[in-house]
Parts: sequence; C-alpha cells; structure tokens
Amino acid sequence: MSRGMDDNSTDHNNNSMQANQKDSEENMNQSKTGTPGVARERTQVSQHSLSDVARSRSISKGVTNNLGSGLEAKSVHAWFGSKHVLEDISMTFDTGTVTALIGPSGCGKSTFIRTLNRMHEFIPTAALAGEVLLDNSDIYAPGVDVTKIRLKIGMVFQKPNPFPSMTIKENVLSGIKLAQLKVDNQSELLESCLRRSGLWDEVKDRLDEYGGALSGGQQQRLCIARSLAVNPQVLLMDEPCSALDPGSTLRIEETIRELSESISIVIVTHNMQQAARVSDYTGFFLSDGGPGILVELGTTSDIFSNPKDKRTEDYVTGRFG
Amino acid sequence: MSSDTLIAKPSRPWKPTPRTLLPDFIGAFITAFGTMAIVAATPLKGKLGFVIVLILMAIATASIISAITKDTKAAINSTTTVLVYVAASFVIVPLASILWEIFTKGATGVSLNIFQNDMSATASDAPLTEGGLLHAIIGTVYLILFASLLSTPIGVLAALYIVEVKGRFAGLVRFFVQAMSGIPSIVAGLFIYAVWMIGLGNSYNAAAGAASLAILMIPTVARTSEEVLKLIPNDLREAGLAMGATQWRTVAMIVIPAAKSGLITAIILGIARVAGETAPLLLTIGGADATNLNPFSGNNSALPYYVWKNLGLGSEVAVQRAWLGVFILIVVVFIFFTLARVLGAAKGEKR
Repeated sequence: MSRGMDDNSTDHNNNSMQANQKDSEENMNQSKTGTPGVARERTQVSQHSLSDVARSRSISKGVTNNLGSGLEAKSVHAWFGSKHVLEDISMTFDTGTVTALIGPSGCGKSTFIRTLNRMHEFIPTAALAGEVLLDNSDIYAPGVDVTKIRLKIGMVFQKPNPFPSMTIKENVLSGIKLAQLKVDNQSELLESCLRRSGLWDEVKDRLDEYGGALSGGQQQRLCIARSLAVNPQVLLMDEPCSALDPGSTLRIEETIRELSESISIVIVTHNMQQAARVSDYTGFFLSDGGPGILVELGTTSDIFSNPKDKRTEDYVTGRFG
Repeated sequence: MSSDTLIAKPSRPWKPTPRTLLPDFIGAFITAFGTMAIVAATPLKGKLGFVIVLILMAIATASIISAITKDTKAAINSTTTVLVYVAASFVIVPLASILWEIFTKGATGVSLNIFQNDMSATASDAPLTEGGLLHAIIGTVYLILFASLLSTPIGVLAALYIVEVKGRFAGLVRFFVQAMSGIPSIVAGLFIYAVWMIGLGNSYNAAAGAASLAILMIPTVARTSEEVLKLIPNDLREAGLAMGATQWRTVAMIVIPAAKSGLITAIILGIARVAGETAPLLLTIGGADATNLNPFSGNNSALPYYVWKNLGLGSEVAVQRAWLGVFILIVVVFIFFTLARVLGAAKGEKR
C-alpha cells in the first residue's frame, strides 16, 4: 500500500510542479536537507507533495452568510439493522466550499453522505439518529417534503448512471421533468448546465444522441450536469472519479472547482491527491471494527501537512489503510 | 519490409483453411456413408432409425477424428459440440415442421373470400370457395385486444408492486401470481361462466371470453414483467430519487422506459399464452357462425373455436377449413407481435 501511495504521489508531484512554483522550491529544499534511508525519504516525499498540493489552494472561506447557512450535520449516527455504522458525526458544510471525506473502505463515508440527502432511508434496515440541518432546519423533521430536500441537495454517484432511455438533452433536463418544475428557457438551462459541467463543447452537436453513447468520463459529467439542472445548494459526490481515467478525472476536478464558487460540494474520495487538489476542508473517517467515526476535520492543508491526530497522519502518509 | 507495412492487407488468420477443414470433411463423409451402410445392413430402418444412427455416428466420428488429430480434450469438446447441435435441431425441427405443415395445408385455402364472408349462410360441407372465417377473425381480434387491455395493466402493476413498492404483501402477491399460472385454462373459463353468467345473469359474449383469457394472461405478464423490472439497475432508481422525484415519477419516467422492450416481450408472451386457448372460450363466447361486431353482447366466435368446431364436423372440407383457421390464427398472432414491437419502438427511440 505504501508503495502504491508513493508511486501516485511522485506522479502527482510532477503535475503540481507545473501548477505552482512554490512546489519546486520546496522540492529543492528537501533534496538539500536529504534524509538518511531511502524508505524514509520516500515517505517524506509523499507527505510533502500532498501537503504542498493542499497548501497551494487558497482556502475558500465560504460565503454561507450571504446564501443561507449551508448544510450542517449534528451528531449523526447510523445503523443497518443492529449494526452501528456511524457514530456521532458532526460537520458543517458552508456554501462555496468543497469538503472531502477520506478514509479506508467500509468506514462509513458513503453512508454518511447518503444521510445528508435522505438516500439512507432506502435501505430497508437503515436507522438514524441526530440532525441534518439545511438552512437551519432539520431535513429529517416530520412533515418535511423529502423530494424538495433532494432537489436542494443533489447527488452524483460512483458509477456514471445516465438514464438509458433518454438522449443527452433529455438526461440534462430530466430533473425538471422528474420534479415537475417550470422552466422558461430550457435550451438556455441545457447549455448552462452542460457548460458548468464542462461537457458542452464535446456534446453540443450531438444533444439528441443517447447518453450511453458517451465515454465513461463524459457520462459522469453528464450526470453532474443533470444534477445541476435543478439548481441545488449542495452537491454530494460519492467517489465520482473512481471509475474514470486520469484525463476525465482532471476534467471533473476542474468542474468541481468551478462549481464550488456557487454551491457547496461534499466529495467522498479514496484518492488523497484528489482530496488535496480540490477540497478546502477534509474530514478523515475511520472505523476500527466498530462504528465509523470522524477522527479529524480541518482545512485540507492542515490535514495533509500537520494533522493533529496520529491516525490521520498515518493514513495520509500511507502508513496504513 | 516497408512496402509490406505500408500496404496492410486485411486478412483473417483465424479463418479455417482447406487443410484444417479436411478432417472435418472426412468426418462428415464417414458419418454420411457409415450411417447409410448401417441402415442398409441392420434392421434399424425408417426415419427414426436413420436419425438415431446419424446422431450416434456423428458423435463417434467427431470424437474419434478429434482424438486422432488433436487430443482427448478436443475429443470431448467436439462431442459436446455435436450434442449441442443435436439439441438445437430437436428444438428447431419440430417447430419448422409444424409451421411447414400449417403453411402447406392452410395457406392453399386463403383467398380474398374468406376475409369477406362468415359461415352464417354456408353449409359446413360447402366447398372452400364459399363462406369464410371473417366472424372468427373478428372474434379473435376482440379477444386478444380485450384480454391484453385487461391483463397488461393488472400484470404490470402487480409486478411494480412486487419489485418497486416492495409492499408488505409482495411475497403473497408473488405466490398467488405463481399459483395462478398453474390454473388449467378450462377452470378460468368455468370461473367466468360461474361468476359472469350464472352469478350475474349475463349471456355469452366476447368480453366474457376476453375476461377468462385475461385470467390466464395476467400471471404470464406479471411474472415476466417482474423479471424484467428486476434487471433494471438500482443506480437508475436512486439517480431519479436523488433528483427530487417521487417514487411514482421515477418509475414512470425512468424504470418503465428503461424496461420497455422487456415489458413488451411480457405482453407478447401473454398473447402467445392465450391466443390459441379453446377450452375457456367454449364456456364463455358461445360460438357463432355469423359476424358479431359487438363484443359486449351476443355470441361470438374465435379462430381456435372455429378450428375445434370444424375438426369435430370431420368432413374433408371441414378439416380443410380447420387447417385454414390454424393458418390464419398464426398470421393474426404474428400481426399482434409485430404491432406490439412497432408501437413499443415508436415511443422514445425515434424522438
């Protein structure tokens, strides 16, 4: 595992070098100081490159105060049957920020993200405790129209899943029809959604083709465009790039960066370079056999360069997980 | 070298050459002559004996030749290949011969006449040029149409209840649907006869026949629809729900369109199940020799009923009429299949 991490990070080191000059300075410093022992040096390299990437982003403070209070999870617990899978997770997602959730498989990241737009309840044995506040009102409160909640909190899934019976155009506009919204200018909405998801130039001449005709990366961006069409406040992304090649991943990360100006984004990812590249805040989840807990939450640069918790440090440096 | 790479000729190196095909030809030769020799020399005579000897010879030569030219694995492979071909031909040969028989015996009587006349003014032993089966065609069209209209919504909705709603009684509904598919067709006819006619005091008509056919058609439609709906990936449902759709909108706009061709297959299988049913019709439509355009009142006829009746009459002309009825029934069913496919494809795929 640690070897794989190193490979990735060296790879990424090159990318980030092009991206900013600060990076190359740091690398030079590092080669001067030079640590004894190859293995140790490797760890250092990976640690440095990740924190560099994380630091190179200027933290978005969030514009929550202008646009409502964003999304807030208050001591959320989750169960499947009698199995306690999430324990006491509290997080705030301000509008205009990107939050990455990292952690090993099976630690409850996806379960947590699904509690945020009430997709959790589709699993028959699921149960929940705690509150999820959107604009200061609990989305689990009795009498809340769950379909309206899901309109405001959109979701992009791990596997690209465009609707097979619909064309590209219909896919993008499907949310309007599904939620029975009224839109004055559909073609304008179509173009703006596809532009925001970075797909417009590739599909503008083939809007009447079926979504299945696109490549995997394009399909995923089509799914992003589809969730943007209903104008959500929050976009939840559950490992959106895990099935994609590096090029498509890069395009989607660009898309996330552009989108983060107007909405808040929560992204689950196994790719720590990705978390470092796109997110402002990072939450580290961990489960040691019992329920998953939020070990540490902080700005992405803190998590990757000076994590407070030993377990976080071990994870981001690739010593376990 | 460079000229070779410049002009790349498309070739198929995996294609068998005459050299590799030679053992196969020798095998076929040995099989054919060996079979003839055995049939001539032994008491295994007749079509059945010939077929049995042919199959055994084919298996033997195929495995022996593979074993000689290749190895044991190849011998097992060719033995199974021959068995698969034999099994496939056991399916195709009866079907093809039935169709051929119906075509040769039934199609000869087809003329414009039979689509214009019924049997109301024709004696049963009158030549084929007189009378026709317009009444039976109209009756069958009514029956299939109304049975489909009745059973498609019920069957598909039952499948939706089992797969999508997953209601408390889903298991029970599935059990009853399965039990229903085992109902003998005459019982379905008796049920309608007892309820609709004796119980409610109605008389024979096409709608009652359609109702009894619907009882037989619902389980087929429901079970096939259930299997089809189960194939739709859960991702799609979640994607729809995650976009703020109600469950009904998700099912109507995403699940059903995605499953459409399968659902049409379900309806087609249902039609295939009931189109040839005769027994329930004996008790429900009453039978008629005159064309009855009103499906809700008065005796009606149907092609299976027409066939049954004419076979019972037994005269040479009547038997010919029965064959004609079978042929027309197959044509009508085929038209319904095509119609279902075309109507199903028109929505969505050409927009």
